[in-house]
Amino acid sequence: MTIGDWLSEAANWLFLFLAVPTLVASVMVVSSRNVVRAVLYLVIALAGSAALFLMLGAEFVGWTIVLVYIGAVIILFLIGIMITRAPLTKSVDLSHPISARAPAALLSVLLFGLVGWAVVVSFGSETIPLPDEATRTGEIGVSIFTTWVIPFEVVSFVLLAALIGGIVLARRDEAPAEQQR
Amino acid sequence: MTIVQWILLGAAMFSVGLYGVLTRRNAVLVLASVEIMLAAVNINLVAFDTYLADPEFTGQILALFVIALAAAEVGIGIAIILMIFRNRHSADVDELNLMKY
Repeated sequence: MTIGDWLSEAANWLFLFLAVPTLVASVMVVSSRNVVRAVLYLVIALAGSAALFLMLGAEFVGWTIVLVYIGAVIILFLIGIMITRAPLTKSVDLSHPISARAPAALLSVLLFGLVGWAVVVSFGSETIPLPDEATRTGEIGVSIFTTWVIPFEVVSFVLLAALIGGIVLARRDEAPAEQQR
Repeated sequence: MTIVQWILLGAAMFSVGLYGVLTRRNAVLVLASVEIMLAAVNINLVAFDTYLADPEFTGQILALFVIALAAAEVGIGIAIILMIFRNRHSADVDELNLMKY
């Protein structure tokens, strides 16, 4: 399949329209020198991935990304920035110096090259059928509560443990009366 | 559409996230980079779910589990960073060397 064939398909233009901003926003998250902007670029990256999920017909996953990530997790990040009193203006020491960044960049490029090579060799030009209609949330629910019910319970237990752990960690401990003396 | 373009997007986002985890000093931004990596994994899962036309929607359900665990991870992560900042007055990961020697 040539590039021309690939570009003649309308769905691929939609893919590029969504994937390029997602990727650029991801790069800005890891390279921006302003800590608040880095987190706000994460909103764009996650919104782009949610739109890509809608394109694949995974409506429930896409809207869950919007609700959980963009709604809650980003707020948590901004609160974390506020509490740790990170510099809100441009700052050079958000990242390691260039001597430490270069090997990391090399490792990332190598990883991408390795995965990309393996994927192209094994999948070639196999096509992915665009679904005619979005996945029904009810069908996902049936699958969760039949096939996946035990993993679902385990995840809910992990969430409970995280809730308790978050409260215990963030609580300011009152020292016992004997130790204060 | 080919499946390769989706996996390449996921691989590119994962590599970008890995770069961020390795290079960021601020602990909150390290967590944000981890979120990029998890989003890349989700793209892979959902793309393969559509590719295989799975009647059980395994990929989408695993993506939902990843989202739930990522939310828990961020909550605990921010709480730990808060504790570290309270004790060390810094949220830079390279100053956390108490266990180094």
